[in-house]
Amino acid sequence: MEDRIDDALRLGGRSFTSRLIVGTGKYTGPEQTVAAVRASGAEIVTVAVRRVDLDASAATSLLAHLDPEEFFLLPNTAGCFTADEAVRYARLGREAGLSDWVKLEVIGDQETLLPDVQELLAATRTLVADGFTVLPYTNDDLITALRLEDAGAAAVMPLASPIGSGLGLVNPVNIRILKSRLEVPVIVDAGVGTASDACLTMEQGVDGVLMNTALAAAADPVAMARAMRLAVEAGRLAFRAGRMPRREWAVPSSPGAGMLG
Amino acid sequence: MLQIEVNGKSREVSAGTSVADLLTELELDGRLVVVELNRQIVRRTERNEVGLQPGDRIEIVHFVGGG
Repeated sequence: MEDRIDDALRLGGRSFTSRLIVGTGKYTGPEQTVAAVRASGAEIVTVAVRRVDLDASAATSLLAHLDPEEFFLLPNTAGCFTADEAVRYARLGREAGLSDWVKLEVIGDQETLLPDVQELLAATRTLVADGFTVLPYTNDDLITALRLEDAGAAAVMPLASPIGSGLGLVNPVNIRILKSRLEVPVIVDAGVGTASDACLTMEQGVDGVLMNTALAAAADPVAMARAMRLAVEAGRLAFRAGRMPRREWAVPSSPGAGMLG
Repeated sequence: MLQIEVNGKSREVSAGTSVADLLTELELDGRLVVVELNRQIVRRTERNEVGLQPGDRIEIVHFVGGG
């Protein structure tokens, strides 16, 4: 427990115990969402901004189930394709009055959902100037990450692999390069499929992992949420512990001396 | 009556309707929603004062599940 207190995630002037951030999309219903989010141990929880469905009788907001006192809700700009659109969504999210944080997404391509980094940079600059704490979802590209940091992003959130793909961390080298060069926290966002992916990602030394589909699309989302919680903790602890060097040849674990004659 | 658009659908409201009145009509008062009028956010404290005009385009949004 003390380890975890010593190792708080400092992000945007706040301190968090959990290094796992989870989304709330694609669950079968609000009860499953809340059960999975709780099992994940996440404190930061992303939400999307959408039109109220005026035809649905007693349309319930997610907030009827997710207590903003219990979780730090982080509005996203998912589905936005231009900086202007993302800024509009960010401002709507802020107006709900929970915080001035935004998970900034500006998508460049419908099929891959890869980010449009030029629009992302433009939106980051606008929102930082407007007082937002901006957490941009981006490529695992060092130069873009440095530009985002220069633009005032509170963290940089490179992908492990495309959103919803479950392919895991396809380029650990890029993630390590990025982490070694940035001063703001690096949170790997998107692409994690299962617990080993989350653990491997944390072992690269990054500050956190953000995921949604890996939980929501698991056969048992609540069990997977618990697995992810443990995996993120395990990966973080392993990184901090410092792994043994890799060798091409075996080295015996048991003493050579004292064998029977 | 005057014609406005709410979340992409046209709707008639009586003259003199404020943003707050519209939310009451839609049974959204007391819910955490954010309102945009012709792409400008209407702050919570302004909802009573802002009256609707013919052709106004209203967006009413809230938080839903998302990643």
